[in-house]
Amino acid sequence: MIYVELFLSFLQIGAFSFGGGYGAMPLIYDQVVNRHAWLSTESFTDLITIAEMTPGPIAINAATFVGTSMGGLLGAIVATLGCILPSCIIVTLIAHLYTKYRNLKTMQQILKNLRPAVVSMIGVAGLLILKAAFFIESENGIQFSNIRYRSLLYFVVALVLLKKTKMNPILIMIFCGLMEVCIQFIFSLI
Amino acid sequence: MKKSQILWKIFVATLYLSAFTFGGGYVIISLLKDKFVNQLKWIEEEEMLDLVAIAQSSPGAIAVNGAIVIGYKLGGLLGTLAAVFGAVLPPLIIISLISMFYEAFRDIVWIRHLLTGMQAGVGALIVSVVYDMGSTLIKEKKISTYVIMLLSFIANFIFQINVIYIILAVAFYGVIVTVYSERKGRLS
Repeated sequence: MIYVELFLSFLQIGAFSFGGGYGAMPLIYDQVVNRHAWLSTESFTDLITIAEMTPGPIAINAATFVGTSMGGLLGAIVATLGCILPSCIIVTLIAHLYTKYRNLKTMQQILKNLRPAVVSMIGVAGLLILKAAFFIESENGIQFSNIRYRSLLYFVVALVLLKKTKMNPILIMIFCGLMEVCIQFIFSLI
Repeated sequence: MKKSQILWKIFVATLYLSAFTFGGGYVIISLLKDKFVNQLKWIEEEEMLDLVAIAQSSPGAIAVNGAIVIGYKLGGLLGTLAAVFGAVLPPLIIISLISMFYEAFRDIVWIRHLLTGMQAGVGALIVSVVYDMGSTLIKEKKISTYVIMLLSFIANFIFQINVIYIILAVAFYGVIVTVYSERKGRLS
């Protein structure tokens, strides 16, 4: 049943995503695109775009987005509940132990080792997103004839703006979108 | 103050912050700190630092975890519920509305062009996040960091091992290293 599947998928995402923000992204990708094929890589990228432009954590946004498209409002609620349940239990438990023993050092020490793994896995999810952005999907896999050269250009422009200016990332993303709209508009005139 | 009033305050504060804060969990946490430490003075500065550490080191979204610790500290289990409800409601409503229109929107040709361009922007954003996070880690100059990075990349990208197993394996390694070094510290 879809509600049970949504709940269990987002339960795993909630229980195993460390490091905040993008830390949940590899898990969401794995569950939603790889395992269940609820979204294509392209829709997944749109989801990240939407999550970036609206308030709220990526995991909750993803739960609501996927839940709504697979099972309406109830799907969204079930997925969101699954996503926050592990947090509620684990955080309350640790907060309770903390008020008793006041020792957090050991746990933080253990978690320090997770950080490099999380960074690598975010990188992998990023690569998959870039592959979908740069190559037009075809049955023959990756081919030079399918490269979207304009997307490569937007990518470079966005990266330079992100690194060299203090411009808001949301504005940079919208700027990339508007460049494509303008170019398509010019093409349509010719 | 009556308990119901405290719960209401917790709910309103997390709802408000969750609805109007862009830019991820760390921003929300510093705003929660401002509200409960500086304005209301319900939590001591030092204790707040520990609460933030709990929120960061637990699994799940940092904003939600932050709301949970503060809710629990101020109002027990009911406080947790009030805080979580407040933190989750705004994204739930906003994204539900957006995703109801998403498919209709996607079929409009200009929106599709806009999204195509934005995909490249999102890719750039993630590359820049990985670069920032990665370069801080690489500066630590610890061999174990490099090894964990490389191995988890290979496991995930080439062998497509489930990310949950990778996280469990690295966490297990962390437990062993920590226990071992604490023992050694005690003996010497």
